[in-house]
Amino acid sequence: MGNNPVHVRGLQKSYGGAMAVDGISFDIHEGETFALLGPNGAGKSTTIEILEGYRDRSGGDVSVLGTDPRHGGLGWKAQLGIVLQSTGESGNITVLEQLAHFAGYYPNPRNVAEVIDAVGLGGKEKTRIAKLSGGQRRRVDVALGIIGRPRLLFLDEPTTGFDPEARRQFWDLVNQLKAEGTTILLTTHYLDEAASLADRAGVIMGGRLVDIGPIDEIGGQEARVPLVRWRQDGVVREERTSEPGALATRLYAEAGGEVPGLEITRPSLEDIYLGMVGNHAGGADAEGGTA
Amino acid sequence: MRTMQLGFSRIGYELRLYFRQGDSVFFTFLFPILMLSVFAVAFSASGTIGAAPDGSGGITFAAFYVPGMVAAGMLLSGVQNLGVDIAGEKGDGTLKRLGGTPLPVFSYFMGKIGMVLVSSVFQVVLLLFVARFAFNVSMPTESSKWLTFSWVFLFGVITSCVLGIALSALPRTGKSATAVVIPIVLLLQFISGVYLNFSQLPGWLQNFASIFPLKWMAQGMRSVFLPASFEAAEPSGSWELGLVALVLGLWLVVGLILCRLTFRWIRKDS
Repeated sequence: MGNNPVHVRGLQKSYGGAMAVDGISFDIHEGETFALLGPNGAGKSTTIEILEGYRDRSGGDVSVLGTDPRHGGLGWKAQLGIVLQSTGESGNITVLEQLAHFAGYYPNPRNVAEVIDAVGLGGKEKTRIAKLSGGQRRRVDVALGIIGRPRLLFLDEPTTGFDPEARRQFWDLVNQLKAEGTTILLTTHYLDEAASLADRAGVIMGGRLVDIGPIDEIGGQEARVPLVRWRQDGVVREERTSEPGALATRLYAEAGGEVPGLEITRPSLEDIYLGMVGNHAGGADAEGGTA
Repeated sequence: MRTMQLGFSRIGYELRLYFRQGDSVFFTFLFPILMLSVFAVAFSASGTIGAAPDGSGGITFAAFYVPGMVAAGMLLSGVQNLGVDIAGEKGDGTLKRLGGTPLPVFSYFMGKIGMVLVSSVFQVVLLLFVARFAFNVSMPTESSKWLTFSWVFLFGVITSCVLGIALSALPRTGKSATAVVIPIVLLLQFISGVYLNFSQLPGWLQNFASIFPLKWMAQGMRSVFLPASFEAAEPSGSWELGLVALVLGLWLVVGLILCRLTFRWIRKDS
């Protein structure tokens, strides 16, 4: 177990007999960004809220920054940054007032003006939060999450409602936080986001961890076999092979020149993830059928 | 130390939010002033109340309603305002966010109570100003009366706040908060001598109302604003200021215990 900021073993959570989380184990190392992936209702938010101290677990061992979140005091909370999934309050206060007020809660807060700039709200300091767009309010949430200079930052679907440019800006911000040594637990529905930000990922389905590992190993080697696609006699053909170069060379030779529509792709994290979700759903159906 | 500092920071923050929120300021803040105006105007042709047989010593209906409206303002600012406000903050995620920060619960309470104290002082000053200059109600001149006013006011408002915080645990959602809280405070106002002359209520209702703090706040305020000749009209024939302090103190303790037992940043496992 060592001194990992997050240590989870056999975590269980049941709601009236139904297991929302059924035996999840993982660690997050110091300074690491860990993505928790999975479909809606898989148990991601339940897991993250147990780590944040919002929910009590039904079973298993959890330690967050060396403390059981069930008994986390104010000193413990001062080291956390929490960006919750849902927003929507405190409309009648300006961005600057809100951040300056929350900065006062923490022993060693970041500079308020710098945080406002970092989340891309420069120029909106004097605007009431109620008057901001959905994406801008989300940035306020992120700003509130990092204002206290957290050692461990929870980001629960942080970029929902962001336009592509805002998302890129947010990625820059997270990379900056990573460079400063912040440990981050991220959940997201955007697989490109997870691929770009996370060092490792865990995939949760039906309350269980079905895979965990470095981003470029998730789903196993088989799922990563490159795909070669080309056109032959007007029909699109494709073939998965671990030796795409050899196949392309052969096609080139056969065609006696450039192969029409030739492309070689490696499955993205999204392709691999969707494959896993599909397999899991298929497996669950089969179980249901035989029961 | 840090808890107190954050408490004061919360008071400023809460006050800013309170006065920027148009509807609550209108309904809770101005309500007693509007009600006093309605009663004063409605009964303006009805002469005086409580006059001796020789026709001396009576007061106008406006003057008669001042203590009740002061007490109603104390109750509304504390119980109604905070009961609805905190239930709403529970519903919209404000408390969940605060629960994830190192803000002490006590500082949060301090912010709420401080906000209510400041706004209710404004409210009562405005109410008395309107009574004095719009409806020509004469104000007490003895400093002892203002001393009584101060402690009944302070004690009553703080007790109302604590009860409001405790009551905020009752509504299941922010939206149902007004439906839960308003009937309670409305009923209390009718049976506690705010709108209806307390000495004319049936004895069993007087006894029932005496369980609750509003009756005692109103009675304390009557001792301040009504002429001494009205003391004999009280059910007990006395202002019973000692009992006022005792009952408010008891409710304060009950409220604090309830807050301690029921207040949570979030409903776990909801």
